[in-house]
Amino acid sequence: MKLDLTADQELLLDTTRRYLADVVPTAVLRKLRDDPDGYEPGYWSTGAELGWTSLLVAEEHGGGSVSDDGLGDLALVAHEFGRAAAPGPLLTTNVVAGALSRAGGDAVAETLGALCAGESVAAWCWSEPRPKGGFGGIEAVAEPAGGDWVLSGVKSPVEHGAQADLFLVTARSGDGLVQLLVPAASAGVTVTPLKTLDVTRRFARVAFDAVRLPAAAVVGEPGGAAAEVERQLVEALVIQTAEMVGALDKAFELTVAWANDRYSFGRPLASYQALKHRFADMKMWLEASHALADAAAVAARDEPARAGELASVAKAYVGHYGPELCQDCVQLHGGIGLTFEHDLHLYLRRVAVGAALLGTPRDHRLRLADLVERRRDERKAEA
Amino acid sequence: MSADVKPVDIEPVEEFRLRARRWLRENMPLAGPGYRRGLTTLPDEEELAEVAEERRLQRLLWDGGFAGLCFPTEYGGQGLTQAHADAFNKELAGYRYPFRFQIPTIVPCAAVLLEFGTHEQKLAHIPAILRGDELWMQFLSEPGAGSDLAGSRTSAVRQGDDWVLNGSKIWTTGAWWSDWGLCLARTNWDVPKHRGLSVFMLPIHQPGIEISRIEMLNGSKEFCQEFLTDVVVPDSDRIGAVDDGWTVATRWLFHERSIHSSPLTLRPAVASGGHESYGEGGASLLELAEVAGRLDDPGARELVGEAHVLKAAQRELDRRVQATIAGRKGSDQLVSLSRLMQGVVSTRLTTIGYELAGADAAAWADDDEAVGARGVNYLTRQVACVGGGTTEMARNAIAERVLGMPRELALDRGVPFREVRSGSAGGAAARG
Repeated sequence: MKLDLTADQELLLDTTRRYLADVVPTAVLRKLRDDPDGYEPGYWSTGAELGWTSLLVAEEHGGGSVSDDGLGDLALVAHEFGRAAAPGPLLTTNVVAGALSRAGGDAVAETLGALCAGESVAAWCWSEPRPKGGFGGIEAVAEPAGGDWVLSGVKSPVEHGAQADLFLVTARSGDGLVQLLVPAASAGVTVTPLKTLDVTRRFARVAFDAVRLPAAAVVGEPGGAAAEVERQLVEALVIQTAEMVGALDKAFELTVAWANDRYSFGRPLASYQALKHRFADMKMWLEASHALADAAAVAARDEPARAGELASVAKAYVGHYGPELCQDCVQLHGGIGLTFEHDLHLYLRRVAVGAALLGTPRDHRLRLADLVERRRDERKAEA
Repeated sequence: MSADVKPVDIEPVEEFRLRARRWLRENMPLAGPGYRRGLTTLPDEEELAEVAEERRLQRLLWDGGFAGLCFPTEYGGQGLTQAHADAFNKELAGYRYPFRFQIPTIVPCAAVLLEFGTHEQKLAHIPAILRGDELWMQFLSEPGAGSDLAGSRTSAVRQGDDWVLNGSKIWTTGAWWSDWGLCLARTNWDVPKHRGLSVFMLPIHQPGIEISRIEMLNGSKEFCQEFLTDVVVPDSDRIGAVDDGWTVATRWLFHERSIHSSPLTLRPAVASGGHESYGEGGASLLELAEVAGRLDDPGARELVGEAHVLKAAQRELDRRVQATIAGRKGSDQLVSLSRLMQGVVSTRLTTIGYELAGADAAAWADDDEAVGARGVNYLTRQVACVGGGTTEMARNAIAERVLGMPRELALDRGVPFREVRSGSAGGAAARG
């Protein structure tokens, strides 16, 4: 998490932290495991009042951030979500809200009002099951038909797809990409809830079978959405890595406390060098994860040309070392760390799910190799 | 960085950047394709020529008003900030620079002098270093004291206004072409080990000091061992209080661990935002994969991506650690995180290099030295986890000093050093 916060950011953080501690302590999270939505509607609308859903939305659309850095503020909230393993469609709703606000126009005003108020939930439909082109490949297709558009394809996993009222669907149109805003109740939309590792976060498979949409459903320029989609991916990765780092922070904290309190052979676990050295490695992974998640958020604000690179770096690192750190926390707890009663698994789940979604560490390593090669070729071309 | 200049007096960073860019273009030689910065295995004459060239480059910086960017102006520095140093490092990319002055002359030696030296000592040496006249080495490790540096057995005995030093130091890099040594010695054997040490500075080339060069497994003879016999050091060349040398040494080690992030040293930035001083990286490994004909191999590409990730992780962790310490939001001990990361990342990058090079790094033709070097680098891979204090010591420091876990049992704690058991002298950790 960032080192230098403004007073307003401290306030945002503090209210979020206290609200989560009051409303969704870990005992409540355990009870929510059988809840189909993973959260109560009132929980989300009160969170919206705290600012959770409006940070990427322009003021003219009813949004606004406490600093001039909405994504940075949102990363702070996401970090607290990780520390609390909190429920709710934080990532997916915010990514859609940000995209709609950037696209602008009269049509989005009402939609954004409902999203910002927490009265409605939106889900970004980007990932597809085993796309042919590999990571980021899009096979869903949208084509103009008369004055309308027709959308077909399958998206999975869609975060909170079964709770969303609206989908922002990324699809192929000719040689380019197009994004469409699709009401969940549209004819031809089938939502199938998925089982998931997370206790409270929900995912669904959403199928679009020749869904007919008015031209007004198109968000941005048809065929020219690639840059916007990349930006959404960067924002999603910033939120995701911030949340994972929050969960890692908490898991590590619990484990250090355990190592100090637990005695074996008449001495605390924390006094054994074999274990101390493992804690040192974990601390290094944790601090590097903090540093990279922050760097990705800062680059998204200040250096658009490097935002994609740093988001992938952060994801590749946190996605690899984060789950390792969590599993080591389990190992250092021993048997108790594998029980449902202990809190540790709440964070392990959050980190393990995050590692797999929006590109695995391997996907992002390959994306970075492409980038390194492209830069090399550009330098050669210049020379 | 320096306290003697008010922020309002400092040249704006962007103006400074443009001035530096212009000056570098007009004065500094380009690195060129064949330029290999760093410690190599050159024949002695070439090595000495390189040293002379780097003294000239340091002098060039001095004459141009760019030496010691973050050193105080009263000692010949420029009194600028970390932001200026960062800007200069970016502009320095692609140029030659006085590499040998950065480590260990400027950090940690000059940094220690700046912190603990008297005004006279600083006046006598810091401008001389920044002018390119003095190269310094660390007389720190001993054959019997590597990780356990406070177990130093080199003795300093008071004789009037002088001290007489006897003992042996080891793992000094390039002592044979250096001028001054910063030396940790025992001045009191009747108190526990940390309380009987003092720090001195001494000219390396003098009759009482015999320098022996150590051949490393890659053929390098850069590391030296020195034998000190009745070396006389005036008390005015003592740094810090008598028997309080561990206070100095603690900060000395802090500076040593901050080598890759200190604002005092020059580190040309590369295009990807990394630092050349970190060695191998995504870009160089991509070239290697291409040479090895593996650019289309997803496994090889993933390794290139991993290298890029690790370099960035090291860079961002260093930034975070430095910002935390500078903002007084965490202890100096956090630099152990940077030290550990450097060792872990560097060894992994070396392994990736060897893996990508494949059989060509195990047996190579005369005209294929660049690939063969990956094999030799692999053999000396652990240098990154040994030199400058082992990663095991860094892990101890992180667990004990950062996380507050119980200290390791030490049988020499509270015992007069004279009574502490010592084995037969073994190999100590290499220290540049």
